[in-house]
Amino acid sequence: MNQAVFEMKAISKDFPGVKALDHVDFRILRGKVMALLGENGAGKSTLMKILTGVYQKTSGELFYNQEKVEFQGTRASQEKGIAIIHQELNLVPELSVAENIFLGREPINRYGKLEWKKMWENAGVLLDQLGMHFSPKTLVSKLSIGHQQMVEITKALSLNAEIIIMDEPTDALTTKETENLFRIIHQLRNEGKSIVYITHRLEEVAEICDYATILRDGKLIGEYDVKEINQDKIIEFMVGRKLTEQYPRVDCEIGRKVLSVNNLSNKYIKNISFDVFEGEIIGIAGLMGSMRTELAKTIYGFYPKEEGRIFINEEEVKINSPELAIKNGIAYVSEDRKANGLILSLSVKENMSISSLKTFKCFLSKIDKKKEEQVAHQYVDQMSIATPSIHQLVKNLSGGNQQKVSISKCLMTAPKILILDEPTRGVDVGAKKEIYHLINTFKQKGMCIIMISSEIPEIMGMSDRILVMHEGEISGVIHHSEATQHAIMRYAVGLKEENK
Amino acid sequence: MKGSFKEEVMKYRALIGLIIFSIIISLLTDRFMTVSNILNVLRQTSINAIIAGGMTYVILTSGIDLSVGSVFAFTGAIGAYLIASDTNVFLTILIVLFLGLLIGGFNGVVISKGKVQPFIATLATMTLARGATLVFTQGKPISTGASENAEAFAKIGSGYLFSIPIPIYIMVIVFALAYYILKHTRLGRYIYALGGNEEATSLSGINVSKVKILVYMFSGVLAALAGLILTSRLSSAQPTAGSGYELDAIAAVVLGGTSLSGGYGNVLSTIIGALIIGILNNSLNLMNVSSYYQLMIKGLVILIAVLLDRKH
Ligand SMILES: Nc1ncnc2c1ncn2[C@@H]1O[C@H](COP(=O)(O)OP(=O)(O)OP(=O)(O)O)[C@@H](O)[C@H]1O
Ligand SMILES: [Mg+2]
Repeated sequence: MNQAVFEMKAISKDFPGVKALDHVDFRILRGKVMALLGENGAGKSTLMKILTGVYQKTSGELFYNQEKVEFQGTRASQEKGIAIIHQELNLVPELSVAENIFLGREPINRYGKLEWKKMWENAGVLLDQLGMHFSPKTLVSKLSIGHQQMVEITKALSLNAEIIIMDEPTDALTTKETENLFRIIHQLRNEGKSIVYITHRLEEVAEICDYATILRDGKLIGEYDVKEINQDKIIEFMVGRKLTEQYPRVDCEIGRKVLSVNNLSNKYIKNISFDVFEGEIIGIAGLMGSMRTELAKTIYGFYPKEEGRIFINEEEVKINSPELAIKNGIAYVSEDRKANGLILSLSVKENMSISSLKTFKCFLSKIDKKKEEQVAHQYVDQMSIATPSIHQLVKNLSGGNQQKVSISKCLMTAPKILILDEPTRGVDVGAKKEIYHLINTFKQKGMCIIMISSEIPEIMGMSDRILVMHEGEISGVIHHSEATQHAIMRYAVGLKEENK
Repeated sequence: MKGSFKEEVMKYRALIGLIIFSIIISLLTDRFMTVSNILNVLRQTSINAIIAGGMTYVILTSGIDLSVGSVFAFTGAIGAYLIASDTNVFLTILIVLFLGLLIGGFNGVVISKGKVQPFIATLATMTLARGATLVFTQGKPISTGASENAEAFAKIGSGYLFSIPIPIYIMVIVFALAYYILKHTRLGRYIYALGGNEEATSLSGINVSKVKILVYMFSGVLAALAGLILTSRLSSAQPTAGSGYELDAIAAVVLGGTSLSGGYGNVLSTIIGALIIGILNNSLNLMNVSSYYQLMIKGLVILIAVLLDRKH
């Protein structure tokens, strides 16, 4: 019985300079998991924002249980039983986990007093269901993005909604958390709830989705039964052409030692030592909380070092600020583009050039805007960034395109050592390949690359050597020829050398 | 790439507001739209506008500078004292401006290195500088005296060049410079970036502390410059001069449409904001409205303007 709970008919949405959606039909079937797929900027998030009333459509109609509806905001759709987990986190960092989950619906007693105990208890139960073990009293700002994402999910589940929309929920999750989420999704589906699932991880589609609706450039390509369509076909529909192998590994001559980290320690990391050579990609794997990002930010001079030394080209460098890091040829692409990777109030061009403005200087310390714009255009083309213009504010770009801007910014500093923290988070298949390809080009040019990633296939596919971290220490180093998922996971959970 | 009509209107909304406002005033009183009165308004506005120029920079970085009024008084008093003790005019100007830079720099260091909230840090400086002014002047006005030197000094605030008051030139130069820096230099870009997202700016390899210190120095030096102009015009410095000027400056910035949370706005619209306040003061005087009512009306105008702006 394929009954549509929700139907969107001929939806169009115009933004200044962009037609984000063009007569798109979309339906949600009862008790099914509906995948919504498409490249970065295809209009997935926009369509869901229209469904939930965050945006108002330019034209088209919405039907909820055969009845025509219009929502004037998330609150209205929430009351009708529709919950959404947005791609960008919408939590209040200064409040606790429990307060965030029940924001606006706090349990109160007869006299209007907050029932803290009840709130904590309820939040605790919900978190347990998702296999989360942090206290509901923790401040959200103290959590990693992955855990924050879990809080968002918990919040949506606590609404007991009929329709739950998840916009790239697994983006920042570890394998374990993803499994938990999938378990919950199965359970919800069995209860007859409907789910819309947006993702760029296509292997997830076959695993948990029933139907897949594919968008391209704001237009509907079609709705397909997941059992009747394979991943290659999905990619073909998404990008409009066939894509070859995902991880285009290249082997290059390993050159001189460029970066050498010796016994680096501070309050996050302990005794970290490793070398990186010209033309090498070092992957850093580890579970959430293994302090990979902290290590990167320490090398980058954002966190103070307490002990240890760093050498670049055999010469010791004292890097105690990102400014000095960039001067010494180190660039860092942040894992959290919205919080600290990009300046959302600035344009695409301004974000791209911010770290390298010095190179665009001309008379009277005036910025050479012509040159700046030229280079920005070059990157927009090279990275295929979907934006109506280089003057568009970055906050109006889709998530994946924002990520590309963030990477462009670092590349513009012409680094010798590039640290990429989750470089393909939220990036579509086609663009992912472009990014891998770019990384390989830089590798061939002799750049050293350090890539932190939670996607094990990505780490295995791209790295020459893999460092695995566990609780702030390196628990293992694996050469790519010996890398297996199993080996990485063993080190990641802190198990030492296997007896051979 | 031409924006829609609505976008154009939005872009120039402060200017459009100013024009409509001026038309209304000139309908209410025929003494407003005369050359001498307009020059008068511009001259009176210049002091607030110059302070507000520095304030715009500070607010763009999502900071605030409450100390400008006190810095204005303190540097003005030092200036008067130096002139009265026969110091060379140029040297006096240099010393006073340097003092403004110094106090501003102090604010900047406390805020960036000491990690004190701008509101608190500059509130402390505001009190400190006011106290210093009272100690220095012993609570009495300092006259610049009647020497030749003092007469030369008086030119800054009350002189004319091609029948236009000198302070107007100073204001125009200050804003041209402020506009240039903000629009065309790295520092300008960093100021917007800092107001947009401090952590991201820092991770982008920008020395955030340096930008902050520079911005507060700019605010300090402009407050000193304004203090110099008023002292010169009155040929004396009042210990209580400039109290409340920080609020007028903030009002001018906000009327110009710059966001108090930083990141958005520009310095040219601040001049318009300052003019709106200046015209309001002037026209209420022309219409003989008592100064008690003037304050209330000013408050209302600011409130309405900001509310209209909120809609967007
Ligand atoms: N508020 C906005 N103002 C202007 N343009 C916008 C706005 N929101 C989205 N867009 C544009 O609409 C298009 C669709 O964006 P949307 O966020 O829906 O993409 P998406 O499919 O979710 O992509 P991603 O996978 O990268 O998240 C993009 O070109 C984007 O730049
Ligand atoms: Mg999206």
